Amino acid sequence: MTTLTQYGAVMTAAGAEHSPLIPEWADIIWSLVVVVVIAVVFRKLALPKLQAVLDERAAKIEGGMAKAEQAQAAADEAKARQEELLAQARAEAARTREDAREEGKAIVAEHRVKATEEAARIAEAAQRQIEAERQAAAVSLRNDVGDLATQLASKIVGESLADSAVQSRVVDRFLDELEASQVSAGAEG
Amino acid sequence: MLWCTRTYRSSGVILSTSLTPLLLAAPQGDGGFHAPTIGDFFPSAVLFAGTPFEVNRIMLVRFVAAIALVLIVTIAARRAKVVPGRFQAAVEYVLDFVRHQIAIEVLGEKLGKKYFPLLATIFCTVLFMNITGIVPFLNIAGTSVIGLPLVLALWVYGTYLWAGVKAHHGVGSFLKSSLLPPGVPWPLYILLAPIEFLQVFVLRPATLAIRLLANMVAGHLMLAICFVATQYFFFTSDGGMKLFGAGTLIAGFAFFLFEAFVAALQAYVFAILAAVYINLSVEEH
Repeated sequence: MTTLTQYGAVMTAAGAEHSPLIPEWADIIWSLVVVVVIAVVFRKLALPKLQAVLDERAAKIEGGMAKAEQAQAAADEAKARQEELLAQARAEAARTREDAREEGKAIVAEHRVKATEEAARIAEAAQRQIEAERQAAAVSLRNDVGDLATQLASKIVGESLADSAVQSRVVDRFLDELEASQVSAGAEG
Repeated sequence: MLWCTRTYRSSGVILSTSLTPLLLAAPQGDGGFHAPTIGDFFPSAVLFAGTPFEVNRIMLVRFVAAIALVLIVTIAARRAKVVPGRFQAAVEYVLDFVRHQIAIEVLGEKLGKKYFPLLATIFCTVLFMNITGIVPFLNIAGTSVIGLPLVLALWVYGTYLWAGVKAHHGVGSFLKSSLLPPGVPWPLYILLAPIEFLQVFVLRPATLAIRLLANMVAGHLMLAICFVATQYFFFTSDGGMKLFGAGTLIAGFAFFLFEAFVAALQAYVFAILAAVYINLSVEEH
């Protein structure tokens, strides 16, 4: 207890003229000076300038964002256009391919018709030629047969059909001549 | 949080009062134990002794803190760029904290913008004046003498009264709104009105000033006692007693860190209470 009172005495001795809660004039005056100076610097100088910079930064960021949005929109538009063009090109290609196929088919069909016609024509021509040759052959055969019959008749008559030996000789000779003339005709032909 | 800090403080003061007498028994003199006293906050005058403009060590500490604060914000403002450097970003961080965590958080967007300069000034001033308590060679908080906390509290006091009168279009309706809260049966006003009056006109500014003062005074006493005791144990006491010095040194270091925290916390508390008081007197009941 004595130490406590001793300490209390020290405390009061040191703080006898000073209560920590009662301000002195000098304390108030210098505090006021300090606070006023700081307040003036903050309000008139530091805060407005920093605020201006903050506003400018906000404006720039907003501007940048607007620009980015614009760029995005432009990019989207370009992409849409590109896709549209691509689709168009694809359709075009498909159409061209289709056309080509159609055309090819038409060409093939046309050629087939032509070929068929040609073949028919060739066949007809051949038929006609054969017919003509057949007729020519018939005519010439008729002539030859008549001729030959006449020749044979005259030879038979000329030899005076005496005996059968002569008869058979005449016939043999005629046949030989006929054969020879046929061979020569073959050689000529 | 507030109350907790204060209780802690008062227990700290009790600790110091119960500890120092034992140590006081040690022989006084050079190398002896000089317990820190309330006299620490009233050092002898350096300039203009005996006039109302007397300047002592604590006033000088305040000037140093004020000059540092003014220089920092002025340089930050002068060199302010749209793309901030580290220094500007740090200053902007502190101001942004006040703007969003204190002003707009408590007062809302519109009023928060209006009172931001006041709150920023108060927060920065209290922070800088508090932090001198742990700055080597300054070693005492500018707010540990009543003048400065009182001036700041009165500034807030004037501001919230003026804001209340303006918001309610007249002294009468402001008083009615503050002293006679609606929704209470009228006989209770006999009880409530004096309490509310005491709240608005006495307790708010008084607690604002005293809370800050008491925190800083107690902090200085704790730090001083730790380091003085360390000095005493190491260089004056004999033998095994020297070991105690290690303990007091560690305690001093812990209190140093704690004081850094308290300096920032009390600045925050002062500013946020200023915002709350403005809000209370402005809002309609």
